[in-house]
Amino acid sequence: MIAEAGLAALWLAAGLAALQLVLMIGTLRGATDAGRAMRVIALVQGALTLVAFAMLLLVFATTDLSVALVYENSHSAKPFLYKVAGAWGNHEGSMLLWVTVLSVAGAFLALFSRRTGERTLIAALGSQAALALGFYAFLLIASNPFARLDPPAFEGRGLNPLLQDPGLAFHPPTLYFGYVGLSVAFSLAVGALLTGEVDAKLARAMRPWVLGAWIFLTLGITAGSYWAYYELGWGGWWFWDPVENASLMPWLAATALLHSINVLAARGALKAWTMMLAVIAFSMSMVGTFLVRSGVLTSVHAFAIDPERGTFLLGLLAVYVGAAFALFAVRGATLKEGAPFELVSRETGLVINNLLLSVILGIVFLGTLYPLLVEAVSGEKLSVGAPYFNSVAGPLALLLAVLVGVGPLLAWRRERRPVLKQLTVPALLGVTALAISLIIAPRIGILPRLGLTVAAYLAAAAILPLTGRNPLRAPLATWGMVVAHVGIAVGLAGMAANAAFTQETLAVTKPGERLAVGPWLVEFSGVTPTAGKNWTAVEGKLLATRGQGLVTLKPQTRYFTDPPTATNEAAIATFWNGQLYTVVGKSDGEDGWQLRLWWKPFVTLIWLGGALVGLGGALALAGHLWRLRRRHGASAEWHRERYA
Amino acid sequence: MKPKNQRLVLVSAALVAVLAAVLLAMWGLRDRASYFYTPADIAAGKAETGRAVRLGGMVEKGSIRHDPDGVTIRFVVTDGRATTPVTYRGIVPDLFREGSGAVAEGRVEGGTFVADTILAKHDERYMPPELGNLAAEHKAGKTLQR
Repeated sequence: MIAEAGLAALWLAAGLAALQLVLMIGTLRGATDAGRAMRVIALVQGALTLVAFAMLLLVFATTDLSVALVYENSHSAKPFLYKVAGAWGNHEGSMLLWVTVLSVAGAFLALFSRRTGERTLIAALGSQAALALGFYAFLLIASNPFARLDPPAFEGRGLNPLLQDPGLAFHPPTLYFGYVGLSVAFSLAVGALLTGEVDAKLARAMRPWVLGAWIFLTLGITAGSYWAYYELGWGGWWFWDPVENASLMPWLAATALLHSINVLAARGALKAWTMMLAVIAFSMSMVGTFLVRSGVLTSVHAFAIDPERGTFLLGLLAVYVGAAFALFAVRGATLKEGAPFELVSRETGLVINNLLLSVILGIVFLGTLYPLLVEAVSGEKLSVGAPYFNSVAGPLALLLAVLVGVGPLLAWRRERRPVLKQLTVPALLGVTALAISLIIAPRIGILPRLGLTVAAYLAAAAILPLTGRNPLRAPLATWGMVVAHVGIAVGLAGMAANAAFTQETLAVTKPGERLAVGPWLVEFSGVTPTAGKNWTAVEGKLLATRGQGLVTLKPQTRYFTDPPTATNEAAIATFWNGQLYTVVGKSDGEDGWQLRLWWKPFVTLIWLGGALVGLGGALALAGHLWRLRRRHGASAEWHRERYA
Repeated sequence: MKPKNQRLVLVSAALVAVLAAVLLAMWGLRDRASYFYTPADIAAGKAETGRAVRLGGMVEKGSIRHDPDGVTIRFVVTDGRATTPVTYRGIVPDLFREGSGAVAEGRVEGGTFVADTILAKHDERYMPPELGNLAAEHKAGKTLQR
């Protein structure tokens, strides 16, 4: 019954989405005025998808083995958290989550967006319904999460143990909020292009959505990177895996959008450009979903391999992106360009930011899709990895980080002051870092060395917008920008330090023997068997010291039975200046065990930086919402006084 | 700038950016993409010495040897037509076994494949897509032999 209720809710929601789309066309043509009805429909549609998703959670929570999806991906002996999280740890469930977030975002748009022009809002709601309709069709036709299994199974097949981790349980929803939050920016852009109302007001209405989605993406990517770091046991934090790139591409586009939208909101300029980015940002979300969900790419993450679904998703992608670009081609040229600006100005700075981000996006995009293209054309198989991405996109990212220090110092419209003078101290800091790195580590690679240099410079340059005034009086949005830019410096420092100074030891060790790694001396005191709810493990015990104090680490190799898999659980000890990362491998047949140890100085700064970038976004969002509220309140008061 | 000129400048800047991205990507991909080869491809000399490539195939039965240091492993990968010796220093994945599929990333040096990373299918149901056909061929070959 529960599964059928979920399916029925999904069908109803699809019907309402179709109705919403029809009403939009009618209203824009002037045949009816259905603005109110559309808002109500959007709300009900959002509620229905929530019901459907709740039903899916319920069948997973109760391990209802008469539902095919539960049989495929769950097991009665799984911890409760992973039973529930298993609902979105698979293809169908995650697509249902995707469409739920899409519809709920549409409902929020209907509920809260009073600042957009009425016609633009109606067009945007129609566009949102059109998006949802395609994904409803995909679920109902090609990936029904509620399909029954007849006869019911006795036991499920289990969830991939790599996914049985609290971090990963919440990772996909976070990313999906980001991916799908961008759909609202897409719909608002499509709506504004349809009605021609591309102005500062639209930008101010769109900005909280972009910021919100971008915060989720930032945090999702940061958390995903940390997950890969400790769960895979390979000591790396970014593998340029297509699935990782799938989340990076929307982030790059959203970052560009969030900067250009400020130009539109503050100066009314870069209209066509911003609309284009809004379309591209969500298109990248859909490209990412296609890559991950169709299983077309060689990837350690790609679990789904099903050509029919891939074709369906590709069709949806082509229709939506094609339609949006066609609309842009027709309407983009008719947009009047806004206020002019001079060559040296904040606007130019943001344009350069956008150009660099776009080039980096292009490089990541082509590198990710190139293997697909080559295979389709010549049948040859190849993979594109870190050597390409680091060496091609890396220098551009560093250049961008240098300019991040300059842009915020420039004034809108025209800058006549000698701005570069302010950067003397940051530049000196950078040069000092460079000199120190040359002395203490003459042999590190060029990219890590420049990374350290730029990080030192940017950490100082990023806070300049708060100097020369009372920092407490600065707008919250300015604080947000400063925190986010400092976060970039912090993250960059972590990446560079990890690449430059990581030390590794790999050896077979007998109990009582010692290994040295970096400043650490690690004594191996043997292994013991241990067990959890659905796994057994071999647990090593390591005693680490660097002169004073003793740290105990217990890395494990875990064996799962449903499905039969083994995972390395690294043991990581965190200190203010880095992490000691330990993995236990295989036995040598006697009493020796393979141990792999890393000392990673300042590696934690990578994720601290990501968190700061997200926090900066949250501060900016709070600032903008606060201002919008006050402006809204003030105008309401004015209305009341005037018409009292 | 006049608004009209401004648009012209912006459009050309965007075009330059797209062009730059494509050119940079093409330049990078030309010598940094790593091709996937089978032992037969390596035997035919397709893989340039020292260039990053991937090797895929089945780990030959009885071929795994451990060096005295305990962390270097040598084995032979086969695709039924040719074989390639592989060395790897590190901890192999748990589902890395004789007679099952594996993909190694690394480079060919003096006829031996020196692997930096070994990817085995990391759960029972997962098979590296490149090995999909190979496994099928392998099975077909066995059936024929019988």
